This record gives sequence, structure tokens and C-alpha cells, in this order.
Amino acid sequence: MAKTKTDLSWQELEIGGIVTNPGNAAEYKTGDWRSLRPVWDTKRCVKCGACYIFCPDAAIEETEEGYFEANLFHCKGCGICAHECPTQSITMVEEEE
Amino acid sequence: MGKRIGLEVSLSAAEAVKMADVDCIAAYPITPQTHIVEHLSELVNNGELDAEFIPVESEHSAMSVCAGIAAVGARAFTCTSSQGLALMNEIVHIVSSMRLPMVMILANRSLSAPISIWNDHTDVMSVRDCGWVQVFANNGQEVFDHVLFGYRVAESEKVMLPVMIHVDGFILTHVIEPVEFWETEQVERYLPEFKPVHALHPDRPVTMGCIAGPPIFSEVKVAQDEALIQSKSEIISAWKELGDIVGRNYKPIEGYKHEDAETLFITQGCFGETVSLAVDALRDEGKSVGLLMDRLWRPFPFEEFRQAVENAKSLIVIDRAISYGGQGGPLALDLRSALYKEKNEPIITNFICGLASRDVTIDDFKNIYNRSMEKIKVNPREEDFEYYGVRGK
Repeated sequence: MAKTKTDLSWQELEIGGIVTNPGNAAEYKTGDWRSLRPVWDTKRCVKCGACYIFCPDAAIEETEEGYFEANLFHCKGCGICAHECPTQSITMVEEEE
Repeated sequence: MGKRIGLEVSLSAAEAVKMADVDCIAAYPITPQTHIVEHLSELVNNGELDAEFIPVESEHSAMSVCAGIAAVGARAFTCTSSQGLALMNEIVHIVSSMRLPMVMILANRSLSAPISIWNDHTDVMSVRDCGWVQVFANNGQEVFDHVLFGYRVAESEKVMLPVMIHVDGFILTHVIEPVEFWETEQVERYLPEFKPVHALHPDRPVTMGCIAGPPIFSEVKVAQDEALIQSKSEIISAWKELGDIVGRNYKPIEGYKHEDAETLFITQGCFGETVSLAVDALRDEGKSVGLLMDRLWRPFPFEEFRQAVENAKSLIVIDRAISYGGQGGPLALDLRSALYKEKNEPIITNFICGLASRDVTIDDFKNIYNRSMEKIKVNPREEDFEYYGVRGK
């Protein structure tokens, strides 16, 4: 596997810290910023997809059954999904150590 | 050999920019830089120079536009002074960090307050640590040559850094001097087409100037500092080739009657020429004195200075800027660091003078010499520096 940016020495960097592979922000783990995690209650969920649309990090994915879940590699735990859910089916729960 | 004509230094600087065949000029007029951009706008307007002239609304925009020009792989030029430099400061640092080559002439003028349109190096020193290659030009010919030299160095694949040329405001920008122009063929030989390492292009997308968090920021900055330090070899070879082509030879430090001198003046910019006359006068009085003129400011020529002062017993460093609350002028501070614990470390005395173009004459420099001789007899560290010619001091 190629080195990630954070493994590179100063000699290995592109000139001026330029990023030459577009879209590589997806490789950046923002999940470790999270202190609260969204949890879906599928009994209340009406599969409207509001959480999917409102997520500012495109971190919510649709499951095979049509429900939604967070990609925890990217989810920062901002809680916008829980705030926007029309049926209050998302709860933000404390991340435990 | 190109034609040799008498021309105001600002106009010949603009003519050099034309010879460098720049693609775009973005500048905002400010005294004493105005004649340079004014003449460039004329050259673009009358079709002599095929370039875009963007009359921006501020210096912040001027440098931002230049960043964009360099980012797409085109040749950018701007120039400014004092408050204009202060306003563009944010982007001045960004351009070097993003490794965007360009040339800027800084017509040196004091920073306010109080308001001063006159010449000193307080604006120079405000960007001392901005990461640009910085050189001082002491006369009109040097300004002309260093515009072409600037692009040659900046665009070198090994350097890829912006170059700032310091030109004393008024006392150099506004005087008429004979300048030998280059032949077009000489410019073509010296300055190849700009081939950027990376350029913004839809076919090869890159992200420039992105965020870098704690795990990578230091590596990016070390790479930048190493590039500036290592640019010195490219700078020296660009000077050498300039000498081969037009017969004028430049070095990081220029010496005058320095080899056998016990005491050496150290100057930056135009004052060097006045001091050289003071050196002649002092030599006539039997004093063992010489002069070193610092041409390369960043990267600082540590090795060259150590060698050049090897046989000197004392140095008289002339600064034209204040490092408020520090121990002397910026040039003296760097020299003290360069020579600290060297074998036969010379005694350094430092004089700050010529602020806002206050005249410092040949006689003044003779007085400074005598004052320095008195100081080194007692304890020169008692006062690390002295303001020369200030009433009440």
C-alpha cells in the first residue's frame, strides 16, 4: 500500500505540498474527531433519506434494506442527521473509550 | 553587446521586465515604485509588450493575481513599496510556501508611522522571513540584470521560489543612469521558457495551497526552507552564466579594498557606493579599511561572509532598519550569528542610520569609522548598536 501523506518525509513531499491525486480527502480519517455517534432506530425510520441528504460529510450510506447508517471513518458526530430526522429515529450516543 | 543608454532606473527596470517577456503584470501604484508600473502599462498599451496588465484595486489583490498567474504556469511580475508590501504581506508568505516563481521589485521605503515616502530598509526587513530569494541591487545596471536573473533563478526546477529585488526608493529608482540593455538573443540564451513543475490545468488536476494539519505541516515547511537554502548554488550558477553572457560578474557579497583591510564596512543597497568613496578617503589618511556589500540577503550567505571577514579585526555594520527591542539592526544580528565563535571573530559595531532617506554623506561615514574605532577600544558590547546622527542620542 502506498504511503499516506502523514508518513511522508520532507524529501518525499510534492513541491509546495501540492496534492496530485484528486479526491484524496476521502482517505483522511475524520471519524476520530467524534465524541457522539448517531444510532438509528429502524422501528421509527421511514427511509425518507433526510439524514443522507443533510450529512455535510457525505458520511451516511444506504443499507440493502433501505435504512441508513453512518460511515464511522468519516462521521464527525456533528448531529445534524439527528436534528433533521423528521421521525426522531436518530439518537446521538456517547462514544466510549 | 546591447545598446547603452541613459534612462531613469525605474524605466529601465520596466524595460528589463519587457525583455523577460512576462505574461501578466498585476500592480497597484505606490510611491516610489510608481514609474515602474506606469511605464509597464505604457508598454502593454502601445503593443510593445504582449502581456496582460491588470490594474488591481489593492496590493493584496496584486499579489493574489500574481499567485494565480504563476499557478497556471505563466510569468508574473509585480512591484510595490512600504505600505503596499505591508498590505500584500499575507500573500507574500503564501506565494513562497506554495513555491510559485515570480519576480517582484521592492522600491524600498520606510514603513509608517509616521508617514514617510522616503527610502530606508524597514519595509525590506518586515518580509525578511517571508521565504523569498532576496537580493539588493546597488545601481541601475544591477536592477536591469537582476530582473532577468530573478526569473532565471525563480523558475529553475531546483528552486521554484519567488525572487524579490530590493531597489532603494528615489535615491535609485528616480535617478538617471547609463544602462546597457541586453540583446534579445542574449535573453533567449539566458532565460528559457518557464516550465513549471506543476501547473493548474484541467487535464492534470492538482490542489495547491491546501490545509496541512500537525502531522504534515512541519515537513512542508522544512522542505520550503531547504529549497531556499539550497537555492544558493543555483543563484551562484545563474550569476556565473550572466557573467559569461553579458560580462558583468556578481557575487553574494561584493568586496571593495577589503582583502587587506583591518576594518570592514558592511552595507546593503545604495549606501555601498557612498561608503566606497569614504573608504577611498580613509585610505588616503592611511586607515586600513575596506567594504563588503551584501547583495544576497536570503538565503543569507553565511559561508561567504565567514571567508570575507577572515582577516578583519573589526566590522562596521550599517543598518537602515530597526529591530525594535532587539540588539541592533537586522543585518548586524545575522552577522553576529554568522561569526559567533569563529576563530578570530571580529569585533562588530553596528550603526543604524539613513532612516527615511536622511542623508549619510562621505564625511558621515568617516565619522562612523572614527566612532567605531573609539568603541572597540573600550567595550563594544556596552551598546550593541548606535543610532547615528539622531539629535539627543
